[in-house]
Amino acid sequence: MHRTSDNWLPKLVIAPGFIFGLAFIYGFMIWNGILSVTGSRMLPRYDEFVGLDQYVKLFEMDRWHVALKNMFVFGILYVGGACVVGIFLAIFLDQKIRAEGALRTIYLYPMALSFIVTGTAWKWMLNPSLGFPKLLQDWGITEQPIEWLVNPDTAIYCVVLAGVWQSAGFAMALFLAGLRGIDDSIIKAAQVDGASLPRIYWRIILPAMRPVFFSTVLVLSHLAIKSFDLVMALTNGGPGYSTDVPATFMYAMSFNRGQVGLGAASATVMLMTVAAIVVPYLYSELRSKPHDR
Amino acid sequence: MTAKALSRIAVYAVLLLAALFFLAPLYVMLATSFKDAEQIRSGSLLSLPTSLNWSSWATAWSSACTGVDCNGLKPFFMNSLMMTLPAVLLSTAWGAVNGYVLSHWRFRGSELMFGFMLFGVFMPFQVVLLPMSQVLGMLGLSSSVTGLVIVHVLAGMAGTTLFFRNYYVSIPKELVNAARMDGAGFWQIFWRVIFPLSTPILMVTLIWQFTNIWNDFLFGVAFSGADSKPVTVGLNNMVNTSSSVKAYEVDMAAAMIAGLPTMIIYILAGQYFVRGLTAGAVKG
Repeated sequence: MHRTSDNWLPKLVIAPGFIFGLAFIYGFMIWNGILSVTGSRMLPRYDEFVGLDQYVKLFEMDRWHVALKNMFVFGILYVGGACVVGIFLAIFLDQKIRAEGALRTIYLYPMALSFIVTGTAWKWMLNPSLGFPKLLQDWGITEQPIEWLVNPDTAIYCVVLAGVWQSAGFAMALFLAGLRGIDDSIIKAAQVDGASLPRIYWRIILPAMRPVFFSTVLVLSHLAIKSFDLVMALTNGGPGYSTDVPATFMYAMSFNRGQVGLGAASATVMLMTVAAIVVPYLYSELRSKPHDR
Repeated sequence: MTAKALSRIAVYAVLLLAALFFLAPLYVMLATSFKDAEQIRSGSLLSLPTSLNWSSWATAWSSACTGVDCNGLKPFFMNSLMMTLPAVLLSTAWGAVNGYVLSHWRFRGSELMFGFMLFGVFMPFQVVLLPMSQVLGMLGLSSSVTGLVIVHVLAGMAGTTLFFRNYYVSIPKELVNAARMDGAGFWQIFWRVIFPLSTPILMVTLIWQFTNIWNDFLFGVAFSGADSKPVTVGLNNMVNTSSSVKAYEVDMAAAMIAGLPTMIIYILAGQYFVRGLTAGAVKG
């Protein structure tokens, strides 16, 4: 039995998804691109074409350079930190640990919380006069309370700390799934040959985890480029604009400073950065998995 | 003691220290929320509160000030509920139907279109902020909860479609073909064959969407007005409201309240949440 409706009904059902989905993603992408070549200030306007002036202006701004530098500093330390903590936790958890489930739950719970919630908590913990810095002073470890969060040179590292704390469990979960996917017999064979456990991990298991590392780094990197909430909650881009990142820059220009064209240009740069990382990955994922039916 | 026993102890010690590091902020939040101003100023960050004093929670819920309004977090919390529940249900239902077509009713070009949609999972939403705010303005939905629901449904749809499609692909084609032989049509197959098998992925998607939408800040801060701010924006504004005496205990209680719904779901159904997390990274 074959119904004629089976030919057109699926297409009709998916149509809104495709139309609205592609309009939301690519339509708005183009729209934002158009805004970025206009002289829009307080409100979007389309009657003043300025070519690439907004981009030129963007890259002449000190604040944008600070934002880009912070993106790189934060991105590298955040991705690296989360991966290092995550892989150690995953390897240690993989040693037939009692209460593994409970520990995993503890390592991962920050991912269920909003960055605004955890950012608020970290801001309080790093409070120079009442928080952790005071504790260090009371214990006699430092003479003065260290003012990490209010010092423009160190505030970005506070964002890194909170970010790594939030995401290390996520990296751990991905790595642990990878470790569990490795064939036990390879490890057994290496043990029979007399190789020590650290050596087995370093020489055999970690190299076999390359694909997992790759996707973890990719996912964390795109989160790093997009990070917005954590910075807003922890430092609000300050002191001054010392912890601005592209996402907070874009928001400030578009919604607070009446520089819509400039904001659109910065969003385009963010888009390009994410695309440069993600598109090759998506392409290879879609290519490498041949149609399974 | 043997070297083996020593290394076991070392492994447990590292894991427990890590657990303390992860739990510390939660402990500090909770402990601070039960202290009074005097205990905060005289005691240390890590000290236990002298009693379970819920008054800061009551203040945070109903009378703490955000700017000049002193109604606590409650109105924002309610906005978040009104925004999150419809957005979660709609985006999940939409994703289920899309995923069904993209797995069992493929047609020429459907895979390519899906590939293009996948970028929606990764793209920086900064790109859609300005156009979207114009569209919401044209629709007369600026600064409304309805507008936020629409944004979240659109933004979440690529992800939910991906979840359902990848899950439905694993349902044997034979099952669907057998139902077709029996004369079942598109919707009958969905309701009688596919949907009854969907419980796990439904849980994963509902929890994933709830967590994401409840925790959202970007859309909330960009598109909400005075009466539609979600709880994340409310919390951030409350914490940044300058007052003569900063009540950290109220800030921490407010942060706990804002985090509680997703936290409870995580504790009750953590394994589904983790599956959503890892599914987001391992695609195909």
